[in-house]
Amino acid sequence: MVPAFAFIVRRELRLALRRKGDALNVLVFFVVVASLFPLGVGPEPNQLRAIAAGVVWIAALLAALLSLPRLFAADYADGTLEQMLVSPRPLAVIVLAKITAHWLLTGLPLALAAPLIGLQYDLPANALWVLLASLLIGTPVLSLLGAAGAALTLGVRGGGALLGLLVLPLFVPVVIFGAGAVTAALTGINPSAHLSLLGAFLAVSSLVGPWAACVALRVALD
Amino acid sequence: MLETTALACERGGWRLFSDVAIALQAGGLLRVRGANGSGKTTLLRTLAGLTRPAAGEVRWRGKALDSESHREILFLGHAPALKDELTVLENLEFSARLSGLGDLRFKDALERLGISRLADLPARYLSQGQRKRAALARLALSSGVPLWLLDEPFAALDDEAIAQLSGLCASHLEAGGMLVLTSHQDIPIAAPDARAIELKG
Repeated sequence: MVPAFAFIVRRELRLALRRKGDALNVLVFFVVVASLFPLGVGPEPNQLRAIAAGVVWIAALLAALLSLPRLFAADYADGTLEQMLVSPRPLAVIVLAKITAHWLLTGLPLALAAPLIGLQYDLPANALWVLLASLLIGTPVLSLLGAAGAALTLGVRGGGALLGLLVLPLFVPVVIFGAGAVTAALTGINPSAHLSLLGAFLAVSSLVGPWAACVALRVALD
Repeated sequence: MLETTALACERGGWRLFSDVAIALQAGGLLRVRGANGSGKTTLLRTLAGLTRPAAGEVRWRGKALDSESHREILFLGHAPALKDELTVLENLEFSARLSGLGDLRFKDALERLGISRLADLPARYLSQGQRKRAALARLALSSGVPLWLLDEPFAALDDEAIAQLSGLCASHLEAGGMLVLTSHQDIPIAAPDARAIELKG
């Protein structure tokens, strides 16, 4: 079971390495969107500090939405997904491996880039750390729940827009607690309550997301 | 070992076939015939457990299909399941690992399908027939998998590849394996227990 997880993650990473554009696009999109806000809002430091966490989190959601339709689409089109369903490996392990690879390729780079974005918004050091922590806990949720949405919209025309409608409401708690943690740190309140709630949400979605994705994939290939 | 009773399938509310009864024993070959759209692929997908039948049941070793039976059933569909970015060898390695095959002599398998010189070429550069051969190379590693379900395995193959594939299938049957395939051509596989069913709407 563990080897199956490992070799599928390795394969996904190898594929991404041969097709660097996809992962890079998502990161560049995130950085550009988050950097546009100061240009539009103006350089007033207090205002920038106040909107920083919200902007970074929204940009992260949009970047995730950009990458999610591709999660199963290629495997669906070339027949690999079919082989995954008839393979003796548990589908849940396969799906979890694909989700993990998706996070390593999109969520993780984005979280690591976020402190640099935070500097543009004049965030103090402690808030930068909290921003990084909130993204490290919160972005896996985007991959986990997003996978269920991607599986549900597989093979649907205009699936990308539908995917957004499906998963964005599910991401609301992540934005609230993620951005809330940073705002708390800025106002001198301990952000650990927000981060704990974010962690709890991660725990729940790590069960619900892959399970829902498995069910949806079986239906999509019926 | 493989049995179906009164199997019926629907696609989009349309009844494709009904009352299909199959009983396949060790060494048996079943060829599924029928016009375009008569449900050959759907039947194969149902036997593989991908599609749920509208009525009836597929039984493998006397039990309904479950996750255990996937270990003993190999299904190759229309799509070759190749990744353009990966080399032929990497593709074969992945599909072999995914299906949990114990036989990992990849080079030999590519040799049997006559594509060993393409091993390190990304699948993107393959022709249609070469892609088909690359997908079929897994069969050379799958002698331990009792039941093969092959959808149009001879499509897009040249004479040489047809001979190689027939050889693989014949030795699989000889070793007590079972084979279900769809084909429009007459199949050049010598098998003592060869049967055919015709799907009609």
